[in-house]
Amino acid sequence: MSIKIENLTYVYNPGSPFETKALEDINIEIESGEFIGLIGHTGSGKSTLIQHLNGLIKPTSGKIVINGIDITEKTVKLSDIRRKVGLVFQYPEHQLFEETVYKDIAFGPQNLGLSETEIDQRVREAMELVKLPFDELRDRSPFELSGGQKRRVAIAGVFAMKPEVLVLDEPTSGLDPRTRDEVLDEIKTLHDRYKNTVILVSHSMEDVAKLVDRVIVMHNGKVIFSGTPREVFKETETLESIGLGVPQISYLVKALKKKNINLREDIFTVEEAKEEILKWIRSNKNV
Amino acid sequence: MFKDITIGQYYPTGSYVHELDPRTKILATLALIVGLFIINTFVPYIYIVAFILGVVYVSKVPLGYVLKGLKPLRVLILFTFIINVFMSQGDIIWSIGPLNATREGIYKALFMAIRLILLVVGTSILTLTTSPISLTDGIEQLLNPMKKIGVPAHELAMMMTIALRFIPTLLEETEKIMKAQMARGADFESGNVISRAKGLVPLLVPLFISAFRRADELAMAMEARCYRGGENRTKMKELKMDRGDTIALATTALLLVILVVHRTVL
Repeated sequence: MSIKIENLTYVYNPGSPFETKALEDINIEIESGEFIGLIGHTGSGKSTLIQHLNGLIKPTSGKIVINGIDITEKTVKLSDIRRKVGLVFQYPEHQLFEETVYKDIAFGPQNLGLSETEIDQRVREAMELVKLPFDELRDRSPFELSGGQKRRVAIAGVFAMKPEVLVLDEPTSGLDPRTRDEVLDEIKTLHDRYKNTVILVSHSMEDVAKLVDRVIVMHNGKVIFSGTPREVFKETETLESIGLGVPQISYLVKALKKKNINLREDIFTVEEAKEEILKWIRSNKNV
Repeated sequence: MFKDITIGQYYPTGSYVHELDPRTKILATLALIVGLFIINTFVPYIYIVAFILGVVYVSKVPLGYVLKGLKPLRVLILFTFIINVFMSQGDIIWSIGPLNATREGIYKALFMAIRLILLVVGTSILTLTTSPISLTDGIEQLLNPMKKIGVPAHELAMMMTIALRFIPTLLEETEKIMKAQMARGADFESGNVISRAKGLVPLLVPLFISAFRRADELAMAMEARCYRGGENRTKMKELKMDRGDTIALATTALLLVILVVHRTVL
């Protein structure tokens, strides 16, 4: 599923004293199967942008073309778009409503009009992906689970629809570090398994650096950078000036360089840093 | 989808009307309502319309924005109109089946419709020009003398403040949950009455849960800050009437006098 956004502009509350421009002239192209990280400060327009992708918000002007179909046209059936583009909102556990975990995850697939056996299989698959024990939890009420488990049930509810494009709006906010890493791993597994397009909205530079193929940076409703994490995280000053910064490990590498330890400059994951530092220690021994 | 609701939405412009003491505006609104019920012919409507237009002009709120508040009530107004046309006794001028439209009916229906429209417009000026907080402050002050006969003025005002405060929050929440469920393929718009009602379950359950959660959190936060009712509570903003308020009250009183005179003398 390729996505092409052309000259997208969106204005909140037009014609009232509360009028605000949330998005301004956005142009983005996303290839099928890409893993995209969308980052930006609070209020930069990330959430508004992703809601355009499955027609929950209509643009004030501009086009959104998904697989060659312009979804801003009136003739397009939005239910078809929503079937293909799955959206996990912030704090998705607030949308749980069914009596049992099974029924809640099955809600999406049911709306797709699938058969009972297909639904059953999808629920099992989705629960396995988010590492929830099927037999133990299927008949429990989602409201008596822990926060992390609730989040997983809600995410599984969207996974079970098997969207070709999966958009996640800060899926890890408010989770403890361990659950956060686990949830991110699960998203990565899903991407590797189904080769679908994933757009991850995040505040955390670390998560983005570790996972994604391409980073899109937004500021005040505009796209200011788009490129591989390597390219984008080079712009330390600009990123800092808009309140974002780069992964913490990059700061460590910089500090080490100041102490005359010769390392590569474009390091942004802990793994890479480890390799480089080991390399440096070895080469120093040889001298 | 909730953007059309303008009743009760504060529209800040910082005008003379906005600066008035909330008590003045509440009293003036009450006077206007009384005035609307004093009159019994079409002519005095001219005074009231002129008064309302004048206030809207001074308040700098666009007239179109004020009238938008009528939109959600158009069915009610139309319904009252039709009922009045057909349910009055008098000269029959037109009939379908057992229903008879009378001359008196049409007269009464028009009269009622105008009264309803002016009621809505008049009261929405109050909420458009007064922030919810100062509005409840005003109500509390006005109810204060009633404390002696056991009216819990402060509690009532606090309940209103909280309720008003959470209307936008709950609307936002509703919209958010609706979007989340729509993203999971829920359909809120098509189908017959029963399937639509069923379709609301995925919206209402999370909404109730979050409302209770919010209420719980708010109660906790208030207690953590030692909130305890109205006894000996001081105000950050003391309400004060000044010359502007006197002028506004005098103008309203004048309107009321004119209406009474029109009714009794003419």
